[in-house]
Amino acid sequence: MKYVTSLVTSVALAGIAFATSVSASTLEEVQNRGELRCGVSGGVPGFSAPNDAGKMVGIDAAVCDAVAAAVLGDASKVTYIPLNAKERFTALSSGEIDVLSRNTTHTLTREASLGLNFTYYNYIDGQGFMVMKDAGISSALELDGASICVQAGTTTELNMADYFRNNNMDYTPVGYETSTQTREGFEGGACDVLTSDKSQLAALSTEMADPSSILILPETISKEPLGPVVAQGDDQWMDIVAFTLYALINAEELGVTSANIDDLVANPGNPSVGRLVGAEGDTGEKLGLAADWSYQVIKQVGNYGEIYEATVEPIGIPRAGSVNDLWTRGGILYAPPIR
Amino acid sequence: MSKTKIPFYRNPKIRSLFVQIFVLSLVSFLIFSIYQTTVSNLIERGIQTSTSFFDDVAPFKIGFSPFLDFDLGKTTYIEVFYIGILNTILIAILGIIASTILGFIVGIVRLSPNWLASKCALVYIEVFRNVPLLLQIMFWNFAVFLATLPPPKKSIEFGFLYLNSRGLHTPIPYVEDELRFNFWIFILLMTAVGCIFLSKWAKKSFEHTGVKRPVFFYNFLIFTILATLSYLALGGPLEFDIPVLGKFNFKGGGQLPLPLFSLWFALTIYTSAFIAENVRAGISSVSTGQLEAANSIGLNRTQTINMIVIPQAMRVIIPPTISQFLNLTKNSSLAVAVGYEEIVAVWAGISLNQTGQAVIIIAMTIIVYECMSLFTSFMLNMYNRKVQITER
Repeated sequence: MKYVTSLVTSVALAGIAFATSVSASTLEEVQNRGELRCGVSGGVPGFSAPNDAGKMVGIDAAVCDAVAAAVLGDASKVTYIPLNAKERFTALSSGEIDVLSRNTTHTLTREASLGLNFTYYNYIDGQGFMVMKDAGISSALELDGASICVQAGTTTELNMADYFRNNNMDYTPVGYETSTQTREGFEGGACDVLTSDKSQLAALSTEMADPSSILILPETISKEPLGPVVAQGDDQWMDIVAFTLYALINAEELGVTSANIDDLVANPGNPSVGRLVGAEGDTGEKLGLAADWSYQVIKQVGNYGEIYEATVEPIGIPRAGSVNDLWTRGGILYAPPIR
Repeated sequence: MSKTKIPFYRNPKIRSLFVQIFVLSLVSFLIFSIYQTTVSNLIERGIQTSTSFFDDVAPFKIGFSPFLDFDLGKTTYIEVFYIGILNTILIAILGIIASTILGFIVGIVRLSPNWLASKCALVYIEVFRNVPLLLQIMFWNFAVFLATLPPPKKSIEFGFLYLNSRGLHTPIPYVEDELRFNFWIFILLMTAVGCIFLSKWAKKSFEHTGVKRPVFFYNFLIFTILATLSYLALGGPLEFDIPVLGKFNFKGGGQLPLPLFSLWFALTIYTSAFIAENVRAGISSVSTGQLEAANSIGLNRTQTINMIVIPQAMRVIIPPTISQFLNLTKNSSLAVAVGYEEIVAVWAGISLNQTGQAVIIIAMTIIVYECMSLFTSFMLNMYNRKVQITER
């Protein structure tokens, strides 16, 4: 009897090993499931953090909402999956999440060797340093010998190493797993400096006991284009995520907001606006989505400017004239036309 | 008596051999197909897997690497792997030593006839055993040490020791003049040999005359005095590298970084609570008859404990304590919460994320823990065999 049991077990296990998943397209999977699984950070105010009502809000979470609105017609059908820096790529390439929208920097290594595709950028950032005001530091070049809190396993860690090596300075890294822990460590005095993307520094400083006691140094030591990421091998899904983001940016450029979109559907005027709001053309059909996909996105989530104002503005990062402004206003946000 | 030939398929030996071969081949096949599936899925998803990154220069820095020098821009990924292993071994050894000592003390106090002492030990055990370890690590690091220790510029000083929120900075000795140093070491060795002879003589004399001498105390005294005198006579063959406060941190000297200290503290407290229970169980398992017998032949309390109770209690204490040591080693992987750079943090964390080689890196990490656990339990099982009852 013992033999029989072990035999059956072995055969069953072997069977499992063979059952390689026959993958349907991501779009079909999401539509059949009726919800979008979206990987977020879950702990960075302005990007993705739970609000008082427990809903995940922020500019990264808004991208998830927009994709859900485009694909399912309902921005609320999102399951946010909080991931730390280490887990995020494995979660995406193993199919645990459909989209990764977690302030993730686009780099060659990630694009080429991790089986990922970056779509476009929802926030363009750069790395900076934060110190206590009473340390009397005014430039990053004065940081020789400092202990620096950093989130382990991020591009931040690499830029910092490059910057210090390049400037012949020494430092001691204190690596934590989450950005919340880096803040706790910095506040507790485990390090002299906290380094992260500047938006995150602003976000973290809002959570400190005394936000006025800190100083963000003027240097920006890296380029950090952050945006939603999808797994390789499903071009249609990549197009959907990319054009959802483009739709948000185009909507702002064309003056389409969640408030005026209903009027514009009835009376678009400009043909570009007509195509964007779904009154003209067949963009939905081409992407494999409902005809009103872009209408749902803008109606339910708002355009890029509205999202920015609601999420990133409150943590103290003004937009006017920054890189994150539209190309027509001196920034570099530039989306291909929806046509 | 006629010999009837049993058909081979009814021979239990051959039959079990056949079944074993069959199961073994199925298991090998299973492992092989898992491997095949993994490889083909990785290729299908466009994830490149290779070990070529081992020799690439690590593009990040590791702050604490006491055994291998970390040189930003030169150190490779495989060296990061070694640093991770060494740092894990360091915390495991420190934790095992400290938790064993503390665990024995608490376990013995738990059995103390003093009501207050015994209840204090009980509270200690129940509190620290029942609070999740991760929570304890974060509590000690963030809520206790970081909250109470001053920044480097306001360090607490004990002579040349400096304690602050970055850790404990100590002077470290280094050799300036090799000749004088080697001569000093020679004197120390000779003294040690002398001490060994003295204890051998004392043991012999005890066996002959029954007179017990405090030979350990004598040896300690002789060794300390001779070591100090010869050190002074040689004009101090060691120099000391004393930590000096720089702009941000202390430079030079040795350092016990706060993350290591917090982790060590938390692991020690947590594991010692379990070991204390093992000790209590072990001591309680020695039957009262043994104690009464010891009393009746006139052994005093110390002798009873050393010669009767502990040897018998060890047989019960060691097996569960081995698994506590293994737990401590594995629990050290929670270090990432406080920023101590052991293998899970630097290898399965930072290196994995920077290279994306999840399969290889996780497999290597598993193998490291597997080897460390097997080695620990092998060593302790050998010791265990020594203290178990020898049946003749």
